[in-house]
Amino acid sequence: MDVVLLSRLQFATATMFHFLFVPFTLGLSFLVAYMETRYVKTGDETYLRMTKFWGKLFLINFAIGVVTGITLEFQFGTNWSRYSAYVGDIFGSLLAIEATVSFFLESTLIGVWIFGWKKLSKKAHATVMWLVAFASTLSAVWILIANAWMQNPVGFTIRDGRAELVDFAAVLFQKYAIFKFIHTVSAAYVLSAFFVMGVSAYHLLKKQNIDFFTRSFKTALGFGVIFSFVVVIMGDINGVIIAEKQPTKLAAMESLWETTTRAPVYLFALPDEENERNKIEIGAMPGMLSFLVRHDINAEVRGLKAFPKDERPPVLITSFAFKGMVGLGFYFILATVLGWWKRNRLVDSPKYLKLMLLSIPLPYMACELGWVVAEVGRQPWIVYGLMKTSDAVSPIAVSQVLTTLIGFVLVYGLLGVTGFYLIAKNALKGPELATDN
Amino acid sequence: MVLQTIWFFLWGLLWALFFMTDGFDLGIGTLYPFLGKTDQDKRIMINALGPLWDGNEVWLITAGGVTFAAFPLVYSVMFSSLYSALMLILFALILRGVSFEFRGKVDDPRWRKIWDTCIFVGSFVPALLFGVAFANIFQGIPIDHNGIYHGTLFTLLNPYGLLGGIFFVLLFMIHGALWISIKSEGDLQERAVSTAKKLWPVLLGVAVIFFIASKFSTRLYDNYVKHPAFFIVILITVLALLSVRFFLVRKTFFKAWFASALTIVGATFFGVIGLFPNLFPSSLNPRYSLTAYNASSSPLTLKIMLVVVIIFIPVVIGYQIWAYNLFKGKVTQADLAHDEAY
Repeated sequence: MDVVLLSRLQFATATMFHFLFVPFTLGLSFLVAYMETRYVKTGDETYLRMTKFWGKLFLINFAIGVVTGITLEFQFGTNWSRYSAYVGDIFGSLLAIEATVSFFLESTLIGVWIFGWKKLSKKAHATVMWLVAFASTLSAVWILIANAWMQNPVGFTIRDGRAELVDFAAVLFQKYAIFKFIHTVSAAYVLSAFFVMGVSAYHLLKKQNIDFFTRSFKTALGFGVIFSFVVVIMGDINGVIIAEKQPTKLAAMESLWETTTRAPVYLFALPDEENERNKIEIGAMPGMLSFLVRHDINAEVRGLKAFPKDERPPVLITSFAFKGMVGLGFYFILATVLGWWKRNRLVDSPKYLKLMLLSIPLPYMACELGWVVAEVGRQPWIVYGLMKTSDAVSPIAVSQVLTTLIGFVLVYGLLGVTGFYLIAKNALKGPELATDN
Repeated sequence: MVLQTIWFFLWGLLWALFFMTDGFDLGIGTLYPFLGKTDQDKRIMINALGPLWDGNEVWLITAGGVTFAAFPLVYSVMFSSLYSALMLILFALILRGVSFEFRGKVDDPRWRKIWDTCIFVGSFVPALLFGVAFANIFQGIPIDHNGIYHGTLFTLLNPYGLLGGIFFVLLFMIHGALWISIKSEGDLQERAVSTAKKLWPVLLGVAVIFFIASKFSTRLYDNYVKHPAFFIVILITVLALLSVRFFLVRKTFFKAWFASALTIVGATFFGVIGLFPNLFPSSLNPRYSLTAYNASSSPLTLKIMLVVVIIFIPVVIGYQIWAYNLFKGKVTQADLAHDEAY
């Protein structure tokens, strides 16, 4: 075990755990804000109870998301100090702007929302949640611009042995960042919609609080159906961008070894990295990959063999994560469209409700797999084409990283179990009959 | 040069604001097992910081982020050198943050006991270690010309470092006790006031020792000797510390809290001014020290960040004051009865 591997494991643990909670926050804040606005507009108590019920689940989740985000910001310094020194001029400023512009607003106002029910007018209180939702999505903008820069560094020059900013606008508005943002945030919205639909399905199956959970389900369904389409369409556009900017990642995603025209997409391929081929290939669709990424079935797509071995990402992990994510993406469209068709007879569709209850973990998996594609697929680079991950770590001892890695696994393990226990407990208990407002 | 100098002091200011705001949260958490006799006392203490702690903690993230953006080399060397100490702080802050949210969610005394312990540990450890870390920065860290740290966690636990830790813990405890004095009534308030009164002479003693020890363990006073006008910062800090006592005996708690806030900011700036232009001095050789001039970002990044900070930090301060103002007044039993209360 070396410092690089341990630091990567630690960062992966911390990020993937953090991202179990972030997407839910991103999406549910909008749904809760919408419910509260409906309450303010109509005066209908059910909407208030919905706001409080989903709001409570939101807050448990939010707390874990916030505290696990802090460690991430500091880990670039603790474990990736050479990276930090090399790219801080650009990457560091994006993180600092995120904190100053977005995270402050989100964190200050969440306290106001939790404790401010009696201190603010109804309208102002609902506005606070809209601002929380807006600020958390704005946070995602900055973080994803920073990540996009690691995928496709632009707007810089190398001076005095480090990357220095020369064109800030190029960093902010690059295509990679914009589409990555829409794709990631849509995925987050899908996750929160599936959570609300799944929990509602549980109660509808038990025939309790039918009005309450039918409304909750339908609110989330509208959100879910829209963003299920958006996330897949954006994924497709991202594929085109990745083909252009990160050819090694694309080849690994599709497990494509040879450079070829009419490049195929395989329904299933088992890569054999040692012998540079696929052991098993099932369901080849010739020309499909060329068509998807170049809009021309005869276009040439570069395979992994076109690149030196030490510049290729791990193919098995990248391709499996990618296929899993895509499959789930299509499933979300099917499940939400089916829901839209059944939306007025949900209670009489127990099979569909059961399906939606069981579907709760799937968007979580899809989100994590998406990050695996993005980050493992970028290897061996920490900044694509510019700096290798192995050159980026801190000059620290193996024992230090091993100790903290064990710490992360233990603390996050306990935190995860406790957090999901509390979320499940409150979700299954159902709403209060009345509220004190 | 000018940009880097401005950023040096902004860097100091952001850390000072973090210590000033989250300082009372950490202090309350440290006092929590001693002041909170009943479950209701404990809930009042948590709810006294409930609406505010999250926003306060973001000052830490901003201070860290700004270190990264303005002085990337300092960010990378500081946090990799102080690896174990910083990780302990972060784990502690994680426990503290979730404890507020989790504690009231299951109605079982054993459950609450777990999170009560986490609140104490999660507050005391960061208070102590931030003090230890900054005192060590004041006296210099054993880093070589490549920014590689020659030491362990225990290297930091030297007498001056520990003195800094105790100084911070006491500052935060008084700061927290004063906040509880503002926010509570009856027995709890009396205990908070008497705790602040008892701690004050101890803090004064430790502060005096710290200022004297700084003469022998650090080179902070060099800048003051060179530019005697800066002694005014030390004077203000001392006056602020004395007025804590003055307002405390007159039972004007908000003024006393404000004075202790000023003491914290003053104590931080005492060190920041003394450090200038060093951000992370090397104890092995002054030439290895990281300064505002050899560790900064490019002028373009410093300019962009300056615009961002000049616009948004006042906005942040504005809405945080609004939030503090919204939640002024005592935490009462009626407040605890709310669905949302911690």
